[in-house]
Amino acid sequence: MMDAPDIAPDAEDLGAVVAEQAARLFERRVDRDTLAAADRGEWQAELWAAVEEAGLPLALLDEDAGGVGLPPVAAFGLIRLAARHAAPVPLGETMVAAALWGAPLEGPATLAPGTAPDGHGRLARLAFGRDAAQALVHAGGSRAALIPLAGRRLVHDRSLANEPRDALELSGLPADAIREVPGLGPDGFAPHGALIRAAQMSGAMDRALEMAVAYANEREQFGRPIAKFQAIQQMLAEAAGHVAAASAIVDMAAEAWGTEDFDFAAGLAKSRTGEAAGRVSAIVHQVHAAMGFTQEHGLHFLTRRLWSWREEFGAESWWEERIGRRICAAGGEALWPAIVDVTAAGARA
Amino acid sequence: MQTFRFAGARLPAEAEAARADVRAFLAKDREIGGWEPHRTTWTSFDAAFSARAGAAGFIATGFPEAYGGKGAPMLVRFAIAEEMLAAGAPCGAHWVAERQSGPQILRHGSARAKAEILPRIAAGDCFFGIGMSEPGSGSDLAAVRTRAVRDGDGWRINGAKIWTSNAHRAHYLIALVRTGDAGASRHAGLTQFVIDLSAPGVTTRPIHDLAGNHEFNEVFFDDFFVPDDMRVGGEGDGWSMVTAELAFERAGPDRYLSDIRLLVSLIDEIGAEPDRMEAAEIGRMTAHLAALRRMSASVSSMLDEGASPVTQAALVKDVGTGFERMVPETARRIRRTEPGPDAPGDYAQSLAETVLRAPSFTLRGGTQEILRGMIARGLGLR
Ligand SMILES: Cc1cc2nc3c(=O)[nH]c(=O)nc-3n(C[C@H](O)[C@H](O)[C@H](O)COP(=O)(O)OP(=O)(O)OC[C@H]3O[C@@H](n4cnc5c(N)ncnc54)[C@H](O)[C@@H]3O)c2cc1C
Repeated sequence: MMDAPDIAPDAEDLGAVVAEQAARLFERRVDRDTLAAADRGEWQAELWAAVEEAGLPLALLDEDAGGVGLPPVAAFGLIRLAARHAAPVPLGETMVAAALWGAPLEGPATLAPGTAPDGHGRLARLAFGRDAAQALVHAGGSRAALIPLAGRRLVHDRSLANEPRDALELSGLPADAIREVPGLGPDGFAPHGALIRAAQMSGAMDRALEMAVAYANEREQFGRPIAKFQAIQQMLAEAAGHVAAASAIVDMAAEAWGTEDFDFAAGLAKSRTGEAAGRVSAIVHQVHAAMGFTQEHGLHFLTRRLWSWREEFGAESWWEERIGRRICAAGGEALWPAIVDVTAAGARA
Repeated sequence: MQTFRFAGARLPAEAEAARADVRAFLAKDREIGGWEPHRTTWTSFDAAFSARAGAAGFIATGFPEAYGGKGAPMLVRFAIAEEMLAAGAPCGAHWVAERQSGPQILRHGSARAKAEILPRIAAGDCFFGIGMSEPGSGSDLAAVRTRAVRDGDGWRINGAKIWTSNAHRAHYLIALVRTGDAGASRHAGLTQFVIDLSAPGVTTRPIHDLAGNHEFNEVFFDDFFVPDDMRVGGEGDGWSMVTAELAFERAGPDRYLSDIRLLVSLIDEIGAEPDRMEAAEIGRMTAHLAALRRMSASVSSMLDEGASPVTQAALVKDVGTGFERMVPETARRIRRTEPGPDAPGDYAQSLAETVLRAPSFTLRGGTQEILRGMIARGLGLR
């Protein structure tokens, strides 16, 4: 358990203060060595301790439940920030699990994709499963269970970025581990996980674009920085469009947190952001050329994460199919009102 | 590098009230006016529609009351505009006057220009064209050669404009012309004037577009006299004004909703039970649309707050027009309907309209390449 930082009167000011703190924390604590060690499967305990100490996993949990109660846009902004640095810890999972469970959690925690009806079944690809203290599991319907992971046998697996993605076998749960979670539906944590990954992709793309711009201004060919070539400028401008769209739609979905539009909004965010991740990673690699294809250069810490995050909690086409069914069922004339409503869900809340 | 943020826009309650009003107005007007949403866009010229919209108070709500408006915040106009586009209303007659010419005159025009012109714009019976492009000056706008020289209490203009949409049916143009030397920056010596298209000395000649429509024109100035009080802004201020104007022009909902009606009719064509591919493509376009609405609303509220988000505006137009180009191509992948102007059904007709218009989406108002150049500058690459 950790203490919430002192609460400032204005939630938006507080958000800015926490964001600044978090930016400094990740700047200081995540370097090439951290990332290389994480790549070898080593849990970054010190980094996680610092993240907990700063109270970041409590950001989304209501104040009266013992959290910080930041506006969701600011809370998901912290997840985005962590991903700018490719921070190899389950901040998003722990933050969201605590908010859903309604209490501070013994961290780190993870969110299980999929469903274990009444606590039975195999759940695959738990992010940082082997490192997490507990997992929030969808037990069917609007029920979830919080399961301690210490001492449990997990089947190890990993993502393209070599982050742990482990499987857990469940054969029943004590009744008192199961709770009703408001807003949880048949898709379990897919929408919540989708927004975590979308926020992470938004942050990682932002940083990857920054790196590509810096590299273009630095690398010289034909007697001038490659930034001076229109082909490079046009590619990076296209990437900036995707980065902008991703950041806009992540904010949109974060604003919809807790509203009935949330699942729809999170799906839209995952779709648009996942598509952006494909284009942006292609462009930043094209600009970095051979140098960016090496292990030595750090670009892959971001791009390998982009390639794994876009698949998790529903790849683009999975969400797009559901969104498309919903839109088609409502008919053409309902499209625009649905867009107006979902893009302003937070403003109405 | 600067990261471009698109903070959420909070549309004021007035904007949401106006949205409900304009939805009701449009539903009724569609019956009265008999316009067909699947065949119309914001460039469809329909003076009678504009007059009805003006009479109902839906044009230039941001003008002060003295000039026929309501002094409403810019975001009210944003809500009305996006509703008109989404409904496929034929806004083309009043669009330019309301979007950019009127606001320019309000900010920089003479007392006479304001008094004579603005109330008519708000009433929906005064239409404008944009006189920027010339045969030798497209993307390179600073190269304009049409020239105005002082003559008594006014100016004499000689030269020619091209691609001037609606010049044959608008009342006025705002023209960007040379009044002095270009200077080292090439941006000096440019001035804007309101051109009365009914006055002697200005003639238009039609140019038909590839679909055979007559929308744009050549415009010739032959010793055309314009009184000094039809100058907009100071002598030599033309460049900075045009640049500011383009920020308004670029980020509006008209930069991503040009073919929204094709998407609407595509959804109806597919019906309530899409197959997997249809569903996924509709879902993908819906996600693009949602991101764009956030971006466009966000830039509008930045403009409302007096900021000048030039790069963000360029991003909206680049991403938005890219989306507009994607819609008909995606539609073709999921439905095997051959488009045709006389084909049966709304969808086939809408697809025909859109395929034939699509090339212009990424040209008008600054080409995709020019926009990306601006974005690259914003990124610090040039
Ligand atoms: C339907 C339609 C309506 C229009 N209505 C109006 C109107 O009402 N009033 C008006 O003033 N204008 C209007 N225009 C003109 C429009 O603004 C111009 O077409 C546009 O600015 C491009 O100019 P251009 O066609 O001369 O192309 P050019 O400038 O000749 O460009 C040709 C190609 O070269 C590329 N290019 C040019 N310069 C560069 C560069 N520096 N770097 C990279 N690539 C470059 C362009 O992107 C383009 O692909 C309209 C155009 C269309 C299609």
